Amino acid sequence: MAREIAGSADPADDSGLTSGRDPAGDEQEVSVAPQWKLVWWSFKRHRMALVGGIITIFIYLVALFAGFLAPYSNDSFDSEYAYAPPQRLHVVDDGEWGLHVHGYRAEQDPETLELSWEIDESQKIPVGLFVRGEEYELFGLITWDRHLIGPKDYDGPPMYLLGADELGHDMLSRIIHGTAVSMSIGLVGVILSFLLGVVLGGISGYFGGWVDNLIQRITEFVISIPTIPLWMGLMAAIPSHWGPLQRYFALTVILSLISWAGLGREVRGKFYAVRDEEFVMAATVDGASQPRIIFRHMLPSFTSHIIANMSLAIPAMILAETALSFIGIGLQEPTVSWGVLLEEAQSIRVLESAPWMMLPGVAVIVAVLSLNFFGDGLRDAADPYKS
Amino acid sequence: MLGYMTRRVLIMVPTLFVISIISFAIIQLPPGDYLTTMVAEMEAQGNEIDEAQLDALRERYGLGESFFTQYYRWITNVVFHLDFGHSFDWNRPVSGLVGDRLALTVGLSIATILFIWIVAFPIGVYSAMRQHSVGDYAFTMVGFIGLAVPNFMIALVLMWIGLRYFGQSPGGIVSPEYADAAWNLGKVLDVLGHLWVPIVVWGTAGTAGLIRILRNNLLDELRKPYVVAARARGVPETRLTVKYPLRVALNPFFSTIGWILASLIGADAIVSRVLNLDTTGPLLLRALMAQDMYLAGSLILISAVLVVLGTLLSDLLLGWLDPRVRFRYGR
Repeated sequence: MAREIAGSADPADDSGLTSGRDPAGDEQEVSVAPQWKLVWWSFKRHRMALVGGIITIFIYLVALFAGFLAPYSNDSFDSEYAYAPPQRLHVVDDGEWGLHVHGYRAEQDPETLELSWEIDESQKIPVGLFVRGEEYELFGLITWDRHLIGPKDYDGPPMYLLGADELGHDMLSRIIHGTAVSMSIGLVGVILSFLLGVVLGGISGYFGGWVDNLIQRITEFVISIPTIPLWMGLMAAIPSHWGPLQRYFALTVILSLISWAGLGREVRGKFYAVRDEEFVMAATVDGASQPRIIFRHMLPSFTSHIIANMSLAIPAMILAETALSFIGIGLQEPTVSWGVLLEEAQSIRVLESAPWMMLPGVAVIVAVLSLNFFGDGLRDAADPYKS
Repeated sequence: MLGYMTRRVLIMVPTLFVISIISFAIIQLPPGDYLTTMVAEMEAQGNEIDEAQLDALRERYGLGESFFTQYYRWITNVVFHLDFGHSFDWNRPVSGLVGDRLALTVGLSIATILFIWIVAFPIGVYSAMRQHSVGDYAFTMVGFIGLAVPNFMIALVLMWIGLRYFGQSPGGIVSPEYADAAWNLGKVLDVLGHLWVPIVVWGTAGTAGLIRILRNNLLDELRKPYVVAARARGVPETRLTVKYPLRVALNPFFSTIGWILASLIGADAIVSRVLNLDTTGPLLLRALMAQDMYLAGSLILISAVLVVLGTLLSDLLLGWLDPRVRFRYGR
């Protein structure tokens, strides 16, 4: 019960009023607990949010250690294995422990020349953990050649746990490598739109008057235009000779140019709500300067709220990037993101013969779902006005 | 009401003006214009281009002139003659190209909004009235998933299921055997059999969003003192809910028309490409790629105007339904 009260108490309310409650049990702990602890306690009560948070952290770890986790590098392929189906990973080998997969047998249709794959039970490809493979750079610094999982014989037949694409790229490896790009687009884009949103929303909410009016009109305008046609127009304007990195940043800038508006509104609303509170007046009477009032008194009272809103904006960014890359005007090869991978799954013929090409979509859904749950729980925990 | 309406319509004018400038600016952004693309293409094929002919074309489309002259000519033609210019890529007037496709886009959008309402209303009310019940949790879960799945993924999966288990693709708007047939009962049924796919694909995210908004609004309303007071007086529970809280909570049904329309028109390009529909989206994509500036600009302008009109419509409906909204504007 005490924790419930703590969860609903205004995190900004650190003026000592909370100590007025009856001091029984961990009530005392509640009254002295810092704000982040209160937020954490009420966050913990959301089972789904907790699960979402753990999965989110896991996905970001995958993005960080992509080189180590993926059996192959981004651009290694074997075109002999075009559209090879997923192999099952066997753990037991003749009653003994022994990771292995079975090899493939290819049959070519004499008329259509189409390859059809079958798993060859007689062929065994031993698979090991922490095997030696292609060299990669961890965090762009440490050169290493160990991979979490992969065929023991690096030069032998390849392993395709989630199947292969048209050129014989390993889908599992590509999905893992795509994680870094897809998830970081969300983060970078949100940080950019956060800067825009907080500055403009803050000015609007703090000063009010005609400044507020002007910024509000701009915000409403940005919200009212249909995003995807606008994004399409802006992306099509990017020169085709730009490199992958330039394209990546152009995309994040374009995405955040439009999505700051929602956050800006949120921040303005908060500034408005807090502006007339007693603690702000007290600070003004004390003779604190305006920047000090804004940054030391007002902002901290709703930082948690802003962070929660940011975490809810990340999945929207990820979905936007996926959609744009899917229709071919977002990121492009050789950059690999989930949307870029899904672009190959567009044609009906591919879907018919290689449905595993849709697997990057599963990654998108899991990531967006867990980020949504996480953000939702965070917002409920950070919102002082809800019970 | 009249004052509110005029005010609301007047606000729209500057918005539309800025939108038209932005649409035109976007299509001017890529370096070069359609003629440079065309010249490069023809030179690649080994064809000589007549310099005089090129000048004539440039003159005709006003390509050499300044941004504002070009914009002015384009927008006055649009406003006064409904002439959106000429599509270089298709060599046809833009208005003729867009007409049919626009009708399909608008028709599908309206059908989708109706679908969203029909599905979201009972579920939203149920979830709020039976908060924390198994059904509520199930619908909340489904709603979260609906928001998380990109709509082209739903389209892809539906296509795959159609191919795998029914041996035909659910894409397109008519089956091939009816494509050239005259309208008869068989064709109407066939079209209806195809139409539900884009509607479901388009409507999923909107439905999920509206359910959550309706549920939260109704819950907020149900906790208000006037509801408690009415209950204390012995008003039956059903009457109590339907009479006031539900009416207030219904606001989002109208206030969200604007953004649902925006997201529908936005998603059009992506969904229609997968489902192979002849709507405006794929046309815009192609026009942008080919630097077909009048077509692309007109399409961006038209979709933005549609969204602004949708927002206007929803605001007017809201003002008609809710006196508080009218009052806020009246001050």
